[in-house]
Amino acid sequence: MFQLFKKTRELENKIDAFLDTILQAALEYREGMKYYLAGKMEDFEKRVQEVDRLEGKADGLRREIENTIYAQMLLPEARGDVLALLENSDDVLNALADSLVEFSVEKPEILPEHKEDWQNLVEVSLKAVEEMVAAVRAYFKDIAAVKNHIAGIMFYEKESDKVGEKLKRQVFGRTDLRLSHKMHLRNFVSFIQDLADRAEDVGDRLSIYVIKRLV
Amino acid sequence: MVWFYLSSGLFLGWSLGANDAANVFGTAVATRMLRFTLAASVAAFFVILGAVISGAGPAHTYSKLGAVNALGGSFTVALAAALTVAWMTKTGLPVSTTQAIVGAIVGWDLFVGLPIDRPTLTKILATWVASPVLTALFALLGVYLARALIYRVRIHLLDLDLYTRMGLLFIAAFGAYSLGANNIANVMGVFVGSNPFRDITAFGVLHLSRTQVLFLIGGIAIAVGILTYSHRVIRTVGNEILKLSPLDAWIVVAAESLVLFIFASRSLQHLLMQLHLPTLPLVPVSSSQAVVGGVIGIGLAKGGGRALNLGVIRRIVWGWVITPVTAGLLSFFGLFFMQNVFQQQVYRPMVYTVDAETLAELRRLGIQSPVLDSLRGHTIVGARSWQHLLKEAGLSGDQILKVLEYTEVDSLVMDSLLAQEALPPDLFPPAFLRPVKALHGQLFLHHWQLERALARLSPAWQFRPATLENQEYNKALRARYQILFDTFQVDRVREFRRRFVLRYPRM
Repeated sequence: MFQLFKKTRELENKIDAFLDTILQAALEYREGMKYYLAGKMEDFEKRVQEVDRLEGKADGLRREIENTIYAQMLLPEARGDVLALLENSDDVLNALADSLVEFSVEKPEILPEHKEDWQNLVEVSLKAVEEMVAAVRAYFKDIAAVKNHIAGIMFYEKESDKVGEKLKRQVFGRTDLRLSHKMHLRNFVSFIQDLADRAEDVGDRLSIYVIKRLV
Repeated sequence: MVWFYLSSGLFLGWSLGANDAANVFGTAVATRMLRFTLAASVAAFFVILGAVISGAGPAHTYSKLGAVNALGGSFTVALAAALTVAWMTKTGLPVSTTQAIVGAIVGWDLFVGLPIDRPTLTKILATWVASPVLTALFALLGVYLARALIYRVRIHLLDLDLYTRMGLLFIAAFGAYSLGANNIANVMGVFVGSNPFRDITAFGVLHLSRTQVLFLIGGIAIAVGILTYSHRVIRTVGNEILKLSPLDAWIVVAAESLVLFIFASRSLQHLLMQLHLPTLPLVPVSSSQAVVGGVIGIGLAKGGGRALNLGVIRRIVWGWVITPVTAGLLSFFGLFFMQNVFQQQVYRPMVYTVDAETLAELRRLGIQSPVLDSLRGHTIVGARSWQHLLKEAGLSGDQILKVLEYTEVDSLVMDSLLAQEALPPDLFPPAFLRPVKALHGQLFLHHWQLERALARLSPAWQFRPATLENQEYNKALRARYQILFDTFQVDRVREFRRRFVLRYPRM
């Protein structure tokens, strides 16, 4: 009996640790992008490595959680939902890591006058990711709070769309840039916007899962 | 021979286990919250415990089958009920075993020519309505309560899963225990008087009285039914009426237990009475019918019942109606075969005498008629013709039942050695045994005469005023009387004495 309680507590801690890892990766991403925009490439590379490490850690945790849930036949009904939720959250983390690596490999040339907008884009997209983590956590612990967090995700995703569009218009509105440069930058705007889009996908799924739990 | 007769009781036990397991852990297994092997083993273990510990108490051993006055008859009646329940189990329908038994007894009554008392039929009808409606109501409330709680109380999804699982396991154990305690009499009760077993002591500490050994065997039969053939009814209850969530599964069994506890439990009545609170009416409820009501209640709470599979519900309700009817018919025709083809005695012929003593007794009860007086000293053979005469005399239905009861001849010879040997000491402590022995050698023509004689000798043998407090005591006393009537049959006493002489030739 005591063992059962202990095992459940362990699993709960693992889920928390998994979500913490995503949150931590988002923080590292924010710092990393600050360095990139400031041209401090050495510090930036350190963050890239750190996010990569966090991604590996999260993958391990996710697999452990999934194995435990299946092996011990926990949550017979919500099992599928929980798994989808964990995997989609993990996808967001993967997208964080991938886009940082792209920055590190392709080193897109950011114009100084756009820096503030880039900073802004990163900020709102990460906000969406953070809201997503909070929403997933609430799904497990505090079902009443999920709605608020989902509203947060939707808000920041829209913001990210707006800021991204503005940035793209500025880039493509200039005559002094080669088309290849413009397209290169457009790709990177999309990478960052993609973070918020993926967070929104998780939010959409969550709103259904919540109904399922409450009905 | 008793072993052969016992087999039909064991078959009934097996069917009971196979059918009623679904009431205990059906929803838990169907929602995959408990593994079948785990739930079934726990239930099997507790069903046996319930049968042996609580079932062998004097108040539980009263069996409805006791009304059947020959072992061949009990065999057939139990077989008819068992076949009916087994058939229903094969079709996957949850039905009430008690109703199958009552139906089969009605078949015996018809065969013998006894009148069927109306309250029995009303009770069956009432159960069909009361159990599902009450449980549906409780389950409905349960869903709203659970919804509000989950929303307000911040409980982790995994914790909720764990608690629900433990709750389901707990109710499975608890439900199985009461299943064993309440139903073992239906399975083995008839054999308490002709019990072929002896007391046993295992490992020097575990002592089982012979009644407990008998009930242990019956409990094992129920457990085997649970383990081997319960999956069909489980699927119907847990999956086919409505797709349940784990929490729903718990709400259903909790509502079922609550309804059984509030509306059918004497202990709660006792408690309320001791606290000088108003008592609740005792309603006839059956767990098989309650569990179906519980699932329907969940369906109503979620989407107003659109998700309910009405076809399955219709089939289940049909099963409830068919069960007592089929059992009655099977029993009636089975008795016919048993009597005429296999040449077995299925009932002791009903003989009635109108003697002066009985007439006086009836007069005291306010029943008198010139026809009765004119028959003084006469003997009437057969329940049918006697009933006919009484009806012609213008007696009411209730009066006829009383006259039948009081004039029935059942030759009982008291024997102190047989009393010592045959009456299980756990049901007959000295206060009860001593007066029985004191009547050694006396002959009683009517049951009421033996009751009168014992009541005169000891207050323990007196029925107490019919209040709720005394219900338990009177039920236990009724069971004891029934065992006496079985044990001191003149044939049985003669057989006992013959064997006794063979055993101790020099005495």
